[in-house]
Amino acid sequence: MLGFNGLVGIALLYVAFLFGVAFAAERRAAQGRDGWLRSPWIYTLSLSIYCTAWTFYGAVGYAARSGLEYLTIYLGPSLVMLGWWWLLRKLVRVGRAQRITSIADLISSRFGKSTLLGVIVTLLAVVGVTPYIALQLQSIAQSLDVFAGPGDTAGDGGSVALWSAIGLALFTILFGTRNLDANERHHGIVMAIAVEAVVKIGALLAVGIFVVWDLGGGPSAMLARIDASPIAAWEQSGGRWVGFTLLSAAALLCLPRMFQVLVVENADESHLGTASWAFPLYLLLMSLFVVPIAVMGLERLPDGSNPDMFVLTLPLAEGRDGLAAWAFLGGFSSAASMVMVATIALATMVSNHIVVPLWLHARAQGAVMSGDVRGMVLISRRLSILGVLGLGYLYFRLSGGGAALASIGLVAFVGVVQVLPAMLGGLFWRGATRNGAAAGLVIGFAVWLWSMFLPSVGDGTAIPAAVMTQGPFGLAWLRPQALFGSEGLDPVLHAALWSLVLNSMAFVAVSLASFPGPVERLQGAQFVGVFDHSGGPGGWARGAADAETLLVMAQRILGSAEAQAIFARAAAAQGRDGALPDVTPEFIRALERELAGSVGAATAHAMIGQMTEGASVTVEELIAVADETAQIMEYSGRLEQKSAELERTAMALREANANLTALSVQKDGFLSQVSHELRTPMTSIRAFAEILREGGLAPDEQARFAAIIGDEAGRLTRLLDDLLDLAVLEAGQGRLDMRRVVLSEVLDRALAAALPDPGGLRLLRDRATEAVEIETDPDRLAQVFINLIANARKYCDAAEPELRIVWRPEPGAVDFIDNGSGIPAEQGRVIFEKFSRLSDPGRAGGAGLGLAICREIMTRLGGAVRHLPGSEGTTFRVELPRNAAALAIDQPVAV
Amino acid sequence: MPLPGGEDTRPGRRPIFLARASYRRRRLRDAALLAPLAAGFLWALPLLWPRGDTPASRVLVYLFATWALSVLIAVLLARALRRAARAEES
Repeated sequence: MLGFNGLVGIALLYVAFLFGVAFAAERRAAQGRDGWLRSPWIYTLSLSIYCTAWTFYGAVGYAARSGLEYLTIYLGPSLVMLGWWWLLRKLVRVGRAQRITSIADLISSRFGKSTLLGVIVTLLAVVGVTPYIALQLQSIAQSLDVFAGPGDTAGDGGSVALWSAIGLALFTILFGTRNLDANERHHGIVMAIAVEAVVKIGALLAVGIFVVWDLGGGPSAMLARIDASPIAAWEQSGGRWVGFTLLSAAALLCLPRMFQVLVVENADESHLGTASWAFPLYLLLMSLFVVPIAVMGLERLPDGSNPDMFVLTLPLAEGRDGLAAWAFLGGFSSAASMVMVATIALATMVSNHIVVPLWLHARAQGAVMSGDVRGMVLISRRLSILGVLGLGYLYFRLSGGGAALASIGLVAFVGVVQVLPAMLGGLFWRGATRNGAAAGLVIGFAVWLWSMFLPSVGDGTAIPAAVMTQGPFGLAWLRPQALFGSEGLDPVLHAALWSLVLNSMAFVAVSLASFPGPVERLQGAQFVGVFDHSGGPGGWARGAADAETLLVMAQRILGSAEAQAIFARAAAAQGRDGALPDVTPEFIRALERELAGSVGAATAHAMIGQMTEGASVTVEELIAVADETAQIMEYSGRLEQKSAELERTAMALREANANLTALSVQKDGFLSQVSHELRTPMTSIRAFAEILREGGLAPDEQARFAAIIGDEAGRLTRLLDDLLDLAVLEAGQGRLDMRRVVLSEVLDRALAAALPDPGGLRLLRDRATEAVEIETDPDRLAQVFINLIANARKYCDAAEPELRIVWRPEPGAVDFIDNGSGIPAEQGRVIFEKFSRLSDPGRAGGAGLGLAICREIMTRLGGAVRHLPGSEGTTFRVELPRNAAALAIDQPVAV
Repeated sequence: MPLPGGEDTRPGRRPIFLARASYRRRRLRDAALLAPLAAGFLWALPLLWPRGDTPASRVLVYLFATWALSVLIAVLLARALRRAARAEES
């Protein structure tokens, strides 16, 4: 008979072989020759970790105890795989689109990258799966124990379990934490699992074939034996049948290790299509010979034999040591693969959702200043692996390994299935909120702990027997296995029913009552409509961090080569030359997804948040900022408007003030000018009047003085007339008498008035061209002409003075050109001002108001009068208003 | 008649052809949705059989037979769905 030590030797050889397979797979993958490692068959075989030692050994025990009910555990997952098109496909698509690392990450990511939900699901998974890991350790110890003879002292279950745990931890750390990105496939582990999947199904089929054909005498004889056995009668409870089928279907989706291989390690969505029939086929083969083995064990083995070990004890009892050793390796494979993947899944969750956030939180300065984040995350994951396996071993030691294997499996199922409402709700219902998910999970978790987990630890250990029968504090409706008076129900069904019902009710009710945050709503839309839109989730509307800082951080997590490759790709996609891309929101989103593949969505979000201005920029904040900005912009717009208005008012005031000041200055100047002008004649009038009054003057003297007084009085009158005239014109008063006249007639009148006796001034006119009709006030226009002609007569200093009067049709103007010395340009500007007189006032005989009056008249007539500098002599131009000039051009009059 | 060497692009032909193909794809998806429900019904059916009188072997054979049948249907469905997805892409 194969001894204990011999079996240990075989196991060690097998483990060494698995190490080799894993190494070879890693190596091939590293060389890029991983084509067949990514095939749908490897994917399907990796799903086989659903079949743990609980299946391998426990299914036979289950069948020996409860007949065909064990089939529900495999029919449920087969249903899920058959329905892959509408559920698994979506789950895998979401997992790839969002770079989900674990089931906790899925829930956290869906509900606004919530750290809280990540922690809840992680705790739930650790509490639910730890007993399951303990179960695997127990199965290894128990199966070795079968081979231990009476003399084998090494057959201590505790030490076997311990060494198994240590070995599995080593293997898992070695191949499970090679790369940080949990989305990358763990080729070594997956390959080892695939090999183990073949070993275990081969072992079970071999034992089954041996039982049916060698021991049972063929299929029909075997069926007859079944009908003659203690489990011959079909007495299945309908509730348990349906309930367990649904429960195991849900467990396939919710078990962290199944999520790991189904979603996280999925390399290609199309692999699901193959797995949809290949995995049910695998399950069919795994359960095909369970009943025959159970029946044969019950028939042949002595009463009291542990039915959980029939797979081993039956070949052993028949002397088939080789078959038994193979069966042992099958069981060992089942246990080992489950432990490895479950540990990786749990360690990823613990590390990403508990350790790293705590560590980041503890380091206030953030990830920029910290050391090697990558190393730290890896260490945290390795420690988590050790921690998870340590917990499993601890549970195994504390529980004493006494409970039947199957019941622990169901306890774990009901525990992890608490995630189902949040998962399905998150995938198909956009109204599901974070608060709803948290409420459902917490309530479901609590009910499961109370009604199932704690009672399962052992009678009277966690919950006193009195509480079990009478309820806590005598509250009978809270009895763990008879909640709300539901007595007589199967304990597993009871716990599953109440925990899931209360969980779902809380989830839906709180979701309906609460309002999701912006990130939640965005993620909800991304998850529910994953097939409709492929855009990234929102979150980063501004990139305060520069690309270099982000690269430094990304290198610490992803490794420098990969991080640089990602940045270079992004830069190339943006059309930039260098290695660093612009920090656009799209780039930050993409980077966050890359990081999420390594450390989980919530942590990646927080880390990027620390980069971009040291704090997480949530959409809420962005919206708040946008609101604030809009308000500030509106306010500052109003301010600007006001200040512009004030500016304008101030400018108008300044202008008005300047005008007033100028007017006042003008007025002062005008008054002093007027007084001066009035004073000169008044002084002579007064002087001569006094001389006359004193008498004693010769008559000719009297006459001369009286003439002077008369002249001066006349000058005063003219001055006052001019002043009045100017005042009327400036005030815009006085009526204009507009008529159609011929220009030459107006000139004739003006010449007659200004030069009653032409004297020395020679006139040069072209009367033919002057014969144009214009519309104007002829008296006022003649006044202007008189002024200009009089000025020419007075001021022209040529030896033979002459005045040319020329009609210029083009601008529509009359030029008065004399042949004098002209007026300096700088004085030309001031001659139209009041009281301005050139050099010799004596010659003027006027008060210097003439040109000022001319200007006013022409302005009122709509034309202008100006001095043309630079011409020979003095040239004044009288521009007629445009319409009058146009008239003149259109209608020349023959004279 | 299609032109030699060319595709038949006459109106009236293509739409019908396309409509029929996409119609098939829709029904295929319906079948994919219904498959787990049908299997679930088949596997719950033995609950309607009289307890105690029905031999376990009959239930066992029935369950494994339907299980194998559902695997066969899943093979056909997966293959058809893959072909449909490929047709949709091109």
